[in-house]
Amino acid sequence: MTEALHWIGGGLVVIGSLLTLFGAVGVLRFPDVYTRIHAASLTDTGGATLALLGLGLISGLTPETLKLAFIWAFVMLTTPAAANALANAAYGSGHKPRIGAFQIIPSDAPRETDPEDADRSSSQ
Amino acid sequence: MTYLLGLVMALTVAWFALSGQTAPQFLVLAAVSVLLSVWIAARFKIIDRDSSPYHRAPQLTLYTGWLLVEIVKSNVAVIARVWGPRHDIDPAMVSLRTNATTDLGKALFANSITLTPGTVTVDVEGDRLKVHALMREKASPASFEAMDRRAAGAADARKRER
Repeated sequence: MTEALHWIGGGLVVIGSLLTLFGAVGVLRFPDVYTRIHAASLTDTGGATLALLGLGLISGLTPETLKLAFIWAFVMLTTPAAANALANAAYGSGHKPRIGAFQIIPSDAPRETDPEDADRSSSQ
Repeated sequence: MTYLLGLVMALTVAWFALSGQTAPQFLVLAAVSVLLSVWIAARFKIIDRDSSPYHRAPQLTLYTGWLLVEIVKSNVAVIARVWGPRHDIDPAMVSLRTNATTDLGKALFANSITLTPGTVTVDVEGDRLKVHALMREKASPASFEAMDRRAAGAADARKRER
C-alpha cells in the first residue's frame, strides 16, 4: 500500500514538474507581459498543487503533510496577489499588448465584430 | 475582542501543529511569537470580521472545492494554448461588475479570477473589476457570473442579512 502511494505520489510530482515546465514554455512563447502572466499562473496553480499533493502522498499522514497543506494554502493565497500586482503595474504604466483587442469591453455593451485591427493600427 | 481571541487561538494552534514542541523554552518562544504577531496585526488594524472569516469556514471550504475544479479545467485550456499554434490566442480586457459587498467577497472573487489560469484581475475599483483574459470567449461577463455568485455567497451571504 505504501509502495503504491509512493509511486502515485512520485508520479504526481513528475506531472507537477511537467506543468511547471509547460508554464515556462508558455512564458517564452506568449508575446507580451499580460499573456505571459497567464502562462506563469500554470506553475503556481497546477504545478504547485500537483507537486505538493504528490509529496503529501509520499510522506503519508505525518506532521509534514500538515506543513505541506499550509504551504499549499499560502501559495494559493499569495500568488494571485503577485500576479495582480504585476498586471496592475503593467496596465498602470500604460504597457501595450503585442496582440489582441485592448480596449476595455464594457460588461453591458454589445461587442464589436473585430476591434483588433483598428486597435493595432492606432497603437503603432 | 472575539476576533482578537480567535486570532490568538488560531496562531497558537498553528504554532503547535507546525512545531510539535512542548519544552518550556519553546513555549516561551511560542508566546513571544504569537503576541508579536497579534501586536503587528493590531497595529495594522486588521483584526476584524473580514480578516478572520472562521464563521464562513464551511462555505469557503465548499467554494475552494468548486474553485479547484475550475482551476483544473482552465489549466488544461491554457496548456492547450501553450502548445498550440503561435498566435492561436486572442487576449481581451473586460470590465466586470461584482455582486460582492464586503472587502472579503471582492478579494475572494478577484483572487479566484487571478488563480484561474487564463484570466487575471488587473484592477478593482468599487464594484468594478478589470480582467485580462487569454481567450476572448472566456472574457464575456456571463462566464464570470457563476464564480461571482459563488464567491459572494461563500464570503458574505450572512453579512447581507444584517
